[in-house]
Amino acid sequence: MAVAVAQPAKTKSAEVIGAPGGAAVAIAHVSRVFDSPSGPVVAIDDISLEVNQGEFLVIVGPSGCGKTTLLRMIADLDTPTSGRIAFSVQGSREMRNAMVFQGRSVFPWLTVEQNVGYGLKLAGASRHVRRETTTYLLTLVGLSRFSRSYPHQLSEGMRQRVAIARALAVDPQLLLMDEPFGALDEQTRFILQEELLKIWERTRKTVVLVTHSIDEALTLADRVVVMTAQPGKVKAAISVPFSRPRSQETVRSDPQFSRLFSEIWDLLREEVQKARLVGGELLR
Amino acid sequence: MRISSRRFLEAALTIAAPVVLLLGWEAISRSGWVNQLFWPPPSSLWDTAVTMVREDDLFMDIRFSLVRIIGGFLLGAIPGIMLGLAMGLSWPVRVFMMPIATAIYAIPKIALLPLVIIALGTGETAKWTIVAISIFFLVALNTMSGVLSLDTMFRDVARNFEASRVQVFLGVALPGSLPAIFTGLRLALGFSLIVIVGTEFLSPSEGVGALIWRSYSILAIKEMYVGLIITAILGWLLILSLDLIERIVVPWN
Repeated sequence: MAVAVAQPAKTKSAEVIGAPGGAAVAIAHVSRVFDSPSGPVVAIDDISLEVNQGEFLVIVGPSGCGKTTLLRMIADLDTPTSGRIAFSVQGSREMRNAMVFQGRSVFPWLTVEQNVGYGLKLAGASRHVRRETTTYLLTLVGLSRFSRSYPHQLSEGMRQRVAIARALAVDPQLLLMDEPFGALDEQTRFILQEELLKIWERTRKTVVLVTHSIDEALTLADRVVVMTAQPGKVKAAISVPFSRPRSQETVRSDPQFSRLFSEIWDLLREEVQKARLVGGELLR
Repeated sequence: MRISSRRFLEAALTIAAPVVLLLGWEAISRSGWVNQLFWPPPSSLWDTAVTMVREDDLFMDIRFSLVRIIGGFLLGAIPGIMLGLAMGLSWPVRVFMMPIATAIYAIPKIALLPLVIIALGTGETAKWTIVAISIFFLVALNTMSGVLSLDTMFRDVARNFEASRVQVFLGVALPGSLPAIFTGLRLALGFSLIVIVGTEFLSPSEGVGALIWRSYSILAIKEMYVGLIITAILGWLLILSLDLIERIVVPWN
């Protein structure tokens, strides 16, 4: 097993070190400080966290707690101010991640098919491979009929499916999702969560998903990490014992659901109130 | 049903405006309130135009102007788009170019004509160049604002898929700013026509502008009107062609 270290080296596969057993992602003492006109702002404060191989990890936290910043640093779209993030990869020196972004990330100038094939095209895959993968994934997310459509012709939920298919197309070892269902109505969200569960149960990829919904966290996760309000730290990590395969019904009818829900809400309530304070609601 | 009746109304209204204008002009001209020598009825211009095609080679003037407009337009627009993309993507380029771009943007372009004539003479190169200079920064600034208003998320997506700088340039910045580019091009096309007619006024040899000026100088008022109407039709057709190209190039908008 080789480990590719993304930080602080610039290139992803620059350095190889010993693997921290079983972990796909090892986040060690990572902090991120942003400069602002009113001085430095600590977004992430000394987070250490490991994501296991094949684990579905969900991070919940109040708005502005730095969840997205943490995810962007894992995706190598942002650089920690201090600390390091290491990846361990089986059989390859390079850790391939793919991110499903929050909101409207599907390219409006490409058709559904071209969007899904975008990563593969950049990776130099042949037209044949692209066509095959795209067809398979569009069937998987139920959009075969719309392969030639442009995003503006689709609903919000369909566009988000395209974004998920686009990320899956490059067959990433690590799937990163930033509130992928945040902008959707509840019913569409439930359906897409179930679809994601099915896809994950089939592929068993390592997933890190960020959300503010406790409900979503419990439906999807093997483990839920609760973050504190700004500066973001890990407050608690809670294992979710529900058996798989899961569905909205099985998860909600599990007697432990309400207990876990209250447990996480208790942890979060305090942070949300703190976030409101920091946000200036009481400072005014 | 509803849609088709709406379409019909749209078409009718589109045609109505020029028809009302021409009818009003015709009525006033024939009423005797104005001197027909200077305000000839439009119905009398058709015969003039036919004679001009037969005897004066009207199409040659149109062809000259058209080639100058399209040539100068391409000569200015293509580098303008390139610079605009670079200004949008790279802040040092933007900061470096911005003072020149905004200063030259504000100069009435026809004022640069003497300079262009000094540098390049009065030939076709000079005419293409004055058009190109006139629209270059206009296109660049519009393209830049298109890139800047593009959601940074699209660039993150590209970077997440390990796109190179060139791939971000060609695959994200260029297609993403196409709607803004076409807004700039539409303005630029109008400017090209204004500048070329003005240029042909000032160094009249061929072209529609020269035709208008020549006719005016010898008080051939009807011929002058034909020149004006042709300029208007030319502008309309050019914009129409650009809209058609936009529909093909930007099918997703």
